[in-house]
Amino acid sequence: MALDSKIPHGPIQNKWTDYKNHINLVNPANKRHIDVIVVGTGLAGGSAAATLAELGYNVKAFAYQDSPRRAHSIAAQGGINAAKNYMGDGDSTYRLFYDTVKGGDYRSREANVYRLAEVSGAIIDQCVAQGVPFARDYGGLLDNRSFGGVLVSRTFYAKGQTGQQLLLGAYSAMNRQIARGKIEMFNRHEMLDVVKIGGKARGIIARNLITGEIERHSAHAVVIATGGYGNVYFLSTNAMGSNATAAWKIHKKGAYFANPCFTQIHPTCIPRSGDYQSKLTLMSESLRNDGRIWVPARIEDAKAIQQRKLKPTEIPEENRDYFLERRYPAFGNLVPRDVASRAAKERCDAGFGVNATGEAVYLDFASAIERYGKIQAKIHNIENPSKEKIYELGQAIVEEKYGNLFQMYEKIVDENPYKTPMMIYPATHYTMGGIWVDYNLMTTVDGLYCIGEANFSDHGANRLGASALMQGLADGYFILPYTIGDYLANEIRTGKIPTNTPEFDEAEKEVTDRINHFLNNKGTKSVDHFHKRLGKVMWDKVGMARNEKGLKEAMAEIKQIREEFWRDVKVPGSAYEMNPELEKAGRVADFLELGELFAKDALMREESCGGHFREESVEMDGEQKGEAKRNDAEYAFVAAWEYKGEPADAVLHKEQLEFKDIELKQRSYK
Amino acid sequence: MDLTLKIWRQKSATDKGKMVDYKVTDISEHMSFLEMMDVLNEQLVNKGEEPIAFDHDCREGICGMCSMYINGEAHGPDRGVTTCQLHMRMFKDGDTITIEPFRAAAFPVIKDLVVDRMAFERIQQAGGYISVNTSGNTQDANATPISKHAADESMDAASCIGCGACVATCKNSSAMLFVSAKVSQYALLPQGQVEAADRVRNMVAQMDLEGFGNCTNTGACEIECPKGISLDNIARMNRELMKAAVLK
Ligand SMILES: Cc1cc2nc3c(=O)[nH]c(=O)nc-3n(C[C@H](O)[C@H](O)[C@H](O)COP(=O)(O)OP(=O)(O)OC[C@H]3O[C@@H](n4cnc5c(N)ncnc54)[C@H](O)[C@@H]3O)c2cc1C
Ligand code: SF4
Ligand code: FES
Repeated sequence: MALDSKIPHGPIQNKWTDYKNHINLVNPANKRHIDVIVVGTGLAGGSAAATLAELGYNVKAFAYQDSPRRAHSIAAQGGINAAKNYMGDGDSTYRLFYDTVKGGDYRSREANVYRLAEVSGAIIDQCVAQGVPFARDYGGLLDNRSFGGVLVSRTFYAKGQTGQQLLLGAYSAMNRQIARGKIEMFNRHEMLDVVKIGGKARGIIARNLITGEIERHSAHAVVIATGGYGNVYFLSTNAMGSNATAAWKIHKKGAYFANPCFTQIHPTCIPRSGDYQSKLTLMSESLRNDGRIWVPARIEDAKAIQQRKLKPTEIPEENRDYFLERRYPAFGNLVPRDVASRAAKERCDAGFGVNATGEAVYLDFASAIERYGKIQAKIHNIENPSKEKIYELGQAIVEEKYGNLFQMYEKIVDENPYKTPMMIYPATHYTMGGIWVDYNLMTTVDGLYCIGEANFSDHGANRLGASALMQGLADGYFILPYTIGDYLANEIRTGKIPTNTPEFDEAEKEVTDRINHFLNNKGTKSVDHFHKRLGKVMWDKVGMARNEKGLKEAMAEIKQIREEFWRDVKVPGSAYEMNPELEKAGRVADFLELGELFAKDALMREESCGGHFREESVEMDGEQKGEAKRNDAEYAFVAAWEYKGEPADAVLHKEQLEFKDIELKQRSYK
Repeated sequence: MDLTLKIWRQKSATDKGKMVDYKVTDISEHMSFLEMMDVLNEQLVNKGEEPIAFDHDCREGICGMCSMYINGEAHGPDRGVTTCQLHMRMFKDGDTITIEPFRAAAFPVIKDLVVDRMAFERIQQAGGYISVNTSGNTQDANATPISKHAADESMDAASCIGCGACVATCKNSSAMLFVSAKVSQYALLPQGQVEAADRVRNMVAQMDLEGFGNCTNTGACEIECPKGISLDNIARMNRELMKAAVLK
């Protein structure tokens, strides 16, 4: 099947408006007879469910947690972008569009990104109207901060809990519709397959996680909003339950999977401390507004630090290497995430890491505390303030800005980051890749949509900070409700979709067979055992730096782990009860397939771009020496994979990317 | 360190349930409490026994899933943290730790340490929202300035994670802290004014229907709340209720 991205014609500024003016609409009386399933109630699914219900459709929403409010979006810390230009620092729709395409290393679709930038402002209006308590300045207006990869301040925030507040906003909009009976909410339910009838998505098979019952649900369209697949690495900043199952199941039923190898390794996470580690904790990018990243400049100091013979505060200024400021003077500590992560890895690989394992760099707030302290002393007319006074005043400001993050750090690491620099290291955080969708956010299966982190659409090969929340809400509140209407306009005569059809029978049988296999397998090893092994291969060979040899090995090793998993996994308990091990088994089975496709995609893409760094493709000389080298002539395309049985046999379809409004050029943050 | 764990096991909602003893060894002080539980569960799975079911997801203190009652305290002995943020350095070698689910009539046990908190959902559905359409035709976000003080206070109330520790801690199983946090978030913002009276009336009525107990101002909830939700919110909610009564 040829890929058609369905991008509307016309100048980029007019595409979305023209599109909306010409789509088919469903009249309110007919909407009452149309059912839509939304799987996932994070920012993307939650906002979509609420809006679709408000428009009049009957929505059935699903989440594996016990409440929509607990979706992983709740954990987003730093903020959400919008081109409001409230700061008057030159921001505009075009600039947000440009920054996002450039930040994504020119691997995203211009028309989608422009639309995202265009609706970004309305998101903030909407959220404020819903009672989201964004941070404000003393004049009562909204405050902004800066994130990496941009030169303006366009990030709106609610302390260090922006995702929480936005999700609670979407959740409240859902609650209003649940109360009216327009949304039927299925908490503690996991989608285990999609059902296609006559080529169209017509329903899902879900497991009730309390009783274990397998349920059939039908609808005129199905929306997947199940988040990213970062947990393929076992350790990531994602929630423990974040998974790829829904996305992988629809892939197996015909939805192409795009750019699986585009994964974001976030530079500022708390380093791992031992083998028992179950997840990694992010320290928000917003900290790079005020924190400076460094390692010792002298190898002997680094060694002494690693052996705990020296303290960071004892290293004088001249013996510190602020490597981001050194390498990227224009953007300094605020370079994009992929660039910052690689630079940290480069220093640690060279032996300059600052913890026992050598895998950590410092994020230091001492200069910021001093700077703020001096300003405060001036404001409060304190003459000749003592060093201690300045520190005290400065600390109060830093605490107001990042207090909860500092507390979180201290609880985990047991060190006071106001007194000694934080230690950080990159960790898997976000997946830019995902289900391929066209301009309508429809997958390659009719009537099957994919939104939020689960799709591939807007972030190319690297996502800028504070843009995922923006995309999730843009998709759910403002884009999908239009595009899905265009499709559903043809469904007004369809009538209720029955679930007693052979297609439902077959899908349900596949699901129960798999569950029975796990429970009857009588293997010897736990699900986590396999998940950890997969994670190690992914991190070592498909992580921050990749090469041909490693990727080929990874594909073979993952396949082998997968075969062993099916033979030897042990899942206790039974099918008709709450059984967390059974849930994990299903998710890990899917990760074990996705991981191999991921490596295959990385192997195919013989260029470095964004988060995908091929050691074979670096700049050899000039100002950019050592930086990642993109290959636009051969790889300016979206890789969309079609399922053919074994992941290794997946077939590649290319969506050529055209850059008409932004000139393709080397990304420079120097 | 080596520990003895006394854990509530209950097969299903209808099962009676009992405390069962387990031993874990070589626990590092740097582990989180839930990582210690992972170690135990891995042991159980390897022995072919059913692991202990417990709720958790984000493991960073924000989703509100985790909900253990540890040594007689909701979320355990540390302050200002959820169960998932509790670290083993709070315990010492040889300790015996008692682990139970959050208990309240309105939170029936589903299995082992997992409880049903749907009562909280229904309270929110009764009025925990502002009736504004998500169409995008709202006024500009900066059209109505809101004092920094009000915005900050509203944010503090809004940081409740809906975990239910306040209910589990309260001798009356009252949900006042939770409900008042939501009511306060909106009461402090101009956007929340239009529906203020109905909101507080409906949410409180639903709370009573769910079988949560009365508030007798003991203040235990505030101490155990992982997010520092303050009793001031309860006072504010009571004022809102009185206002609503006058309007009626
Ligand atoms: C620690 C952290 C901090 C972040 N900070 C920021 C930030 O500051 N700014 C920013 O822009 N982005 C940030 N991000 C990224 C951003 O939070 C996510 O990309 C975004 O929230 C994803 O939203 P979503 O709606 O697509 O998916 P999610 O919020 O992950 O929701 C997934 C939903 O799908 C459901 N689900 C999953 N699988 C199934 C299944 N099989 N059956 C049924 N339901 C299922 C879940 O229950 C859940 O409701 C952060 C991410 C992390 C990990
Ligand atoms: S008020 Fe505190 S203890 Fe109660 S649900 Fe909210 S966060 Fe949990
Ligand atoms: S697991 Fe999310 S708050 Fe504890």
